[in-house]
Amino acid sequence: MKKLKASFPHLGSYHAPLEVFFTAGFGVDYIVPPPITKRTLEIGSRYSPDYVCAPFKYHLGNFIETIEAGANTLVQSSGVCRLGYYGELHEQILQDLGYKVHFVNLAKYKAPKPINFYNGFKEIKPDMSLTKIAQIFPVVLKMFEHIDEVEDFIRQNVGFESTIGSFDKVHADFLSDLRMIRKKKELNNTYRNYMKRFKEISVKKPNNPLRVGIIGEYYTIMEPFSNHYIEKELAQMGIIVDRWLNVSNTLLHYPKKEMKKHIEDYVKYPMGATSIPTIDRALDYAKKGYDGIIHVKSFGCTPEIDTIPVLQNISNDYKIPILYFSFDTQTSETGFTTRLEAFYDMIVMRKEAKK
Amino acid sequence: MNVVIRKAGLYTMKIGIPRALLYYKYKHLWEFFFDELDIEYIVSPETNNEIVRKGTTYAIDESCLSSKIYLGHVEWLINKCDYILVPRISDYGSGGTVCTKFQAIYDVVSNTFRDRNIKLLYYNIDPKAADFEMIAFLKMGKFLGKSKSRSLYAYLIAKQMQKCAQLKEIDEQKQRLSENKTKILLIAHRYNICDKYIGEPIITFLRELGTVPILGDIASKREALAKSIEISETLPWTFNKELVGSIPLYKDKVDGIILMSAFPCGPDSLVNDIVIRRVKDIPILSLMLDEHEGSAGIQTRLESFVDIIRLKKGDFNEKT
Ligand code: SF4
Ligand code: SF4
Repeated sequence: MKKLKASFPHLGSYHAPLEVFFTAGFGVDYIVPPPITKRTLEIGSRYSPDYVCAPFKYHLGNFIETIEAGANTLVQSSGVCRLGYYGELHEQILQDLGYKVHFVNLAKYKAPKPINFYNGFKEIKPDMSLTKIAQIFPVVLKMFEHIDEVEDFIRQNVGFESTIGSFDKVHADFLSDLRMIRKKKELNNTYRNYMKRFKEISVKKPNNPLRVGIIGEYYTIMEPFSNHYIEKELAQMGIIVDRWLNVSNTLLHYPKKEMKKHIEDYVKYPMGATSIPTIDRALDYAKKGYDGIIHVKSFGCTPEIDTIPVLQNISNDYKIPILYFSFDTQTSETGFTTRLEAFYDMIVMRKEAKK
Repeated sequence: MNVVIRKAGLYTMKIGIPRALLYYKYKHLWEFFFDELDIEYIVSPETNNEIVRKGTTYAIDESCLSSKIYLGHVEWLINKCDYILVPRISDYGSGGTVCTKFQAIYDVVSNTFRDRNIKLLYYNIDPKAADFEMIAFLKMGKFLGKSKSRSLYAYLIAKQMQKCAQLKEIDEQKQRLSENKTKILLIAHRYNICDKYIGEPIITFLRELGTVPILGDIASKREALAKSIEISETLPWTFNKELVGSIPLYKDKVDGIILMSAFPCGPDSLVNDIVIRRVKDIPILSLMLDEHEGSAGIQTRLESFVDIIRLKKGDFNEKT
């Protein structure tokens, strides 16, 4: 049997832990999908249904580009909302296009996530070792957490770095070092060293900087290409960015009950997918007096569309500006920048007026 | 004295039911339930231009046409009743999930019309929280001041009536299936295909073209759910499963299939593509409707679709 070369669609910077999980846990090669570019989106859109939500198109583009890069085993996650049905259509489209690959669709298995991975992979790799998976799994989880902690720190500071690019440089080194790690102890050391390096980067923060919270749909918020690198743009404007939504918060530390309670004046029931954290964070940023909130999603994302009437009420009640971005495959760069700049001007003026 | 006041209170209590989304699925269940309990209710009128216009104004622009229309109906009911019935459904347990719209619509309505002092009737189905349909109805009955036994009785009667109505429909459709005319299977959510504004013009036009429209949503739900696996293994949404499952049930008895969706429907965006890729030996037309769609364009597309079907049939007949 040919050596399995597996791949999973991109999501932010998480390819390092995924690579560790696949190589050390499943004992297969892992192909990191080529970085997302215009071409990724173009081929993804060409073969996708027109009005499907954008993450579907990005994933398909990733799949095709990793096949070109040598992958022969593609993995699609299960999940809530439309994500739970992505895999079956992705597999069908790739098959219709004539690609001969293994497709592991986790939606076929009804168990919790890590067990699903195991069940899905057993079909194509019967000699997998459960012990190895059990050994690497906690390391992988911790890696997700550390990436999120590091990126939280970056979002708070990168806008004020004395030398442009300092944070990016250390961040890239950090991610590339993570790929070699197999033991918890190594991971701890690496994380500690890098946190130290991040903290040593010289930053000049003004006394009362602008603060903006980002909320919205899972993929678009986490995949920078799909949101036009909005966090970078905000940083360049000298804004501190807060974002709760990431893999470790949703997977490991999701205070669903508390959040539901916190937002009960606005909504009685969960509205699907990321709606609870979207509303909960918006309300929290509003209460804490942030200068603004930015809501991002892909065009047609039903659960996030449905949070908008709630966000509008929060915006009115707390007098906090909210900027809404809905990205589709044709969103123009100019339109995006113009709206972001107008929003920036407005929150600056409001802050001046409050003084 | 006391009794009189309570009675007077009861008589003025009026429920408003938006004629949109799940109304088309649960009409009999709801109406007979209220009838049995002597609760007055009012159903908003058939969708008209004004309702569509209002709904479009209140809805977030990117929402699906069906939910825009829903908000138009809710708006129509405001100030015409005491409570509006806006059902909330989490999922159908082992039967599948729902489009998140049905999880969200209750709170969408309450937030959209917050300043209009709108009151919503309790109705939540959530199998994980043991809020099954019957429980939901008992709670609704309690809220309306009815005893548990009376509510239970009303629910059971209403449930029977709903079943009868479904059987009758299936029977009627059976007769249409035996007609010796071109038959077209419409795969569309019932709230779309039966809506005066979205679907009815299409049905009427198909009839004018001399064809017989067959509704995928009229079928034994149990059979359809089971059959849907033949087309798609991991399909999560109950309503889409039922529709997709009607294809194997009816395919051999019809001459063409129309997939009709409301722009930009989430579940349908994926499901329609699966159907087109997997159901091969029958002509399929895919129609996407939004509030800007002119009827002229649709009619042309329907006409040429029916022409293609007839041409195919003609060829076929010549050979036999
Ligand atoms: S949450 Fe939004 S983007 Fe994600 S699958 Fe659902 S509709 Fe698509
Ligand atoms: S299934 Fe489609 S048409 Fe129905 S509510 Fe959901 S998005 Fe709208």
